[in-house]
Amino acid sequence: MFEFIYNILDFSIDLFIKDIKFENYILTALTGIIIAFAIINGVLGGVLALIWGERRLLGRFQQRTGPNRWGPQGILTSTADAIKVMFKEDIVPEEADKYIFNVAPLLLVIPVFIIFSVIPFGISLYAVDINVSVLFILAVTSISGLSIICAAWASANRIAIFSALRSVAMLISYEIPVGLSLVGILLICESMSVMDIVIYQKIPFILIQPVAAMVFFLGSLAEINRTPFDLTEAESELAAGYQNDYSGMKWGLFYLGEFAAAIAAATVFSTLFLGGPNGPILPGIFWLTVKVIAVLFVIIWIRASWPRFRIDQVLNLAWKGLFELTLVNIIVTSIAVIIWTDGEANRLIYIGLANWIFAFPFVFLIFKMLKTKNYDSDNKKLIRYPVGSETPKFHKEKN
Amino acid sequence: MLGFGLIKGLSVTFRNLFSPVFTIQYPDKRVGVFGLAKSKNKSVLALFKENPKQILIAALGMAKVKVKIEQSPRFRGNEFVWYDDRCTACASCAKYCPLGIIEIVTHASEENLQAGGNYEIDKFDIDTGRCMFCGLCVEACPYDALHMGTDFEKGNYLRSELVLDKETLISQVKNPSSWFRPQFEENEYDPWTSEVSDSKEAGRHEKPNDEKIKQDWVNKRKFNG
Amino acid sequence: MSIKSEPITINLGPQHPSTHGVFRMRVTFDGETIIDVEPIFGYLHRGSEKLAEERTYTQVVTLTDRMDYVSSMLNNQGYILAVEKLSSIQPETRGVWLRMIASELQRIASHLVAVGFLIQDLGAWGTPLTYAMREREKILQMFEMLCGARITNSYLRPGGVFMDAPEQFWNNLTSFIEEFPSAIDELEKLLTSNEIIFSRTKDVAVLTPEQAINASITGPILRSTGVQWDLRKNDPYDFYDKVEFDIPTHNAGDNYSRYLLRVQEMRESLKIVKQCVDFIEPGPVRPHHDEVPFLLRPPKGDCYVAIEGSKGELGFYLVSDGSISPYRWHVRSSSLINLTLLRDMLIGTLFGDLFVTFGGIDINMGEVDR
Repeated sequence: MFEFIYNILDFSIDLFIKDIKFENYILTALTGIIIAFAIINGVLGGVLALIWGERRLLGRFQQRTGPNRWGPQGILTSTADAIKVMFKEDIVPEEADKYIFNVAPLLLVIPVFIIFSVIPFGISLYAVDINVSVLFILAVTSISGLSIICAAWASANRIAIFSALRSVAMLISYEIPVGLSLVGILLICESMSVMDIVIYQKIPFILIQPVAAMVFFLGSLAEINRTPFDLTEAESELAAGYQNDYSGMKWGLFYLGEFAAAIAAATVFSTLFLGGPNGPILPGIFWLTVKVIAVLFVIIWIRASWPRFRIDQVLNLAWKGLFELTLVNIIVTSIAVIIWTDGEANRLIYIGLANWIFAFPFVFLIFKMLKTKNYDSDNKKLIRYPVGSETPKFHKEKN
Repeated sequence: MLGFGLIKGLSVTFRNLFSPVFTIQYPDKRVGVFGLAKSKNKSVLALFKENPKQILIAALGMAKVKVKIEQSPRFRGNEFVWYDDRCTACASCAKYCPLGIIEIVTHASEENLQAGGNYEIDKFDIDTGRCMFCGLCVEACPYDALHMGTDFEKGNYLRSELVLDKETLISQVKNPSSWFRPQFEENEYDPWTSEVSDSKEAGRHEKPNDEKIKQDWVNKRKFNG
Repeated sequence: MSIKSEPITINLGPQHPSTHGVFRMRVTFDGETIIDVEPIFGYLHRGSEKLAEERTYTQVVTLTDRMDYVSSMLNNQGYILAVEKLSSIQPETRGVWLRMIASELQRIASHLVAVGFLIQDLGAWGTPLTYAMREREKILQMFEMLCGARITNSYLRPGGVFMDAPEQFWNNLTSFIEEFPSAIDELEKLLTSNEIIFSRTKDVAVLTPEQAINASITGPILRSTGVQWDLRKNDPYDFYDKVEFDIPTHNAGDNYSRYLLRVQEMRESLKIVKQCVDFIEPGPVRPHHDEVPFLLRPPKGDCYVAIEGSKGELGFYLVSDGSISPYRWHVRSSSLINLTLLRDMLIGTLFGDLFVTFGGIDINMGEVDR
């Protein structure tokens, strides 16, 4: 796509002006600006649509209508929100560290847009093709942890620091399972480039590597601070946590960055595990949109149904549960890759079967991490007297 | 166990995605094309012939229809209904109010007799800004002159306008609620659609005539010592 | 080698989304573990007990509504029983049955609020809360039919009930009795075997029966520790000895059993309502005002009556000196006494358990501060 736009620009400028100095560099810069403009606008439009969609969908799960006043079916609600946020007063606390305070929201928003530069939207619709794009994606997503701790420390607010430290602990712990879960895919495809992974997926990788898909999904939920891992801004406990002291458009950037991160996580998941733009007849960008919407639906569905974890359970889950699952996945996949080498027909099906049979049963062991073995079904029926005592001590007999 | 509890929770929410909404959109709700037709009791084609623009607006989901919330006849609304020719200015309501917001000022006079005696009411103020609508004043009135009202949308810009004085109470539209007034419940009374402006229909009993009052007074004195 | 760390003190102020009302806590943390909790209340104090000395006995009923604003019928019932005992009034039978129906419906509504907000504080973003509110809406509509107001109903009067129930009320009540068990089943299916709720609430903030009795805790908290004590069975008032119901008791004493106990109590209350509807007979609901005048003047003396409120033992102590107002009125509020054990339950737990435990105790600031 880069060459396509470059050629168009070259042709159209040559019609008017013949000879410019540094024509090469100017044209490259212009092409880059146009592509970045298109991606950022697309993502921002997606964020507005996601805000509307989430509020309506959450309302329907709770048997109520979501917002439906502004515009047809309430589409303009997010625009109204954005305008309101822009007009609010911009407050900087007196004891705050001004430079870091102002820079922190940007650190959250910018890496999210960078991720979209390596995602293929179609067969040749991509901005850039690096040959280590998976590593690039993993590296860029870890910058968002920095923004949270910057925001909290610069606010000089005890509750903000509390929530930010929790969040940083969680983000650091979940990067390892997320990274290691992709090793299985890299072993199968023998390349770290997202383009190669997309081309390789005749069968979507979610069916071939179920354990890796589950670990990656839960890890992504933790990285974007979403239920059931949203304890950084647990509204019922800390009332917005690290964003406490932000107002006006800076808070708007935090809000926007969260939703953009959700879209980014959904896009990465659907590219790596669901096949990206692969699909019959219709153009690739249509299929990618459908898959992203499906993944976002599942994310919102989980938000509507499950309560949240506590911090020590979250860390237990990462270090003792998901990390070991990824190790199991790597062992099983590497053995399978050696047995059925590249070039064999139906290779993916055999590897998938090996994963389902040998790796999936380990998933049930995670629930031991959540201390569910204390459940006894006695609580379902009524107990009359205190269990474990012969005579009921405090029950007044009727004379 | 084993994660199935989580899946059960997901299935419950999923099933509720397809059940009807139980909230009420108030004061007006957004309807689609068929909702608009139902609210006006016409078919879609008739509406189209009348004004094609409103079908377009309804198809986008932006048409509005007014909504009325169901209330029971005993609802204690934000207004009072007062029949001035039943009131004798006995001030039972003022004495019984826990907050003391009813103010009654009278002077003795022989003309302009109210139904019960020789007082003329100068002032009968109820301060709805401080009222808690407990209904004890209505319970106290022996002549069924004061009733609770039905409406609740009585917002105002000034606190002084929340005080209902005598002229406002007399000239208001009278929709009494049947709180502590069982005579209204005998014939399926709906305070929203019917109005009781005749004070004779508002009470349980009529005022006994002077002869009877005197006889009762005498009898009580004679036989109870 | 151990790391030296310093405890920090955070003020969870009166304005907070999760304290049930205006309640302030100063919590001291060492890392994420709670070392000390200091509750500060009194932000909602309105002086109800002093105001009652200026009001007549019937006007005080409007004050009792507003104490525990989530269960106002139960407050009314306790107060009216105290007045009846003081003046030796015989209540009318139909009035008593109607009183019991209203009280048990109010208990269901109060437990729905407790369970809904407990799960909301756990972080479930409102879905179980809306299901609970949907059911509570039906109950409040029935109350509106009875007495014209949904929350602050002053429905009870000395000797019985204020007005008889209209026709529409019995229709609504029968359909509610049929539909409610399936609604509780749906709520239970969503929540009771959810692994996340297990891990958040099981074996957290455990109370032993000795601790509970020494601190005068009553209500669902006491029953969750294993002591079977319910004033409706142990010391019956009204017609509770004529209806059959069970008292759920668990003996784990943790947050999970407190949550599950309330759900089971809702089913028992529904059983009581069903039996009351079968037993009720036509008749007057309020004694004539020749026997019980509007301005009641009880003889000199004092009395204490306790009922089983939705949060524990709700006691009313009335002193009369023969005039139209009480000389002294004191309320033994269950929420305030249950709150005294907050510190012992919370020390040693993590910050994530603070609001879950607080929601499990189920207090209401209107009752704590009066």
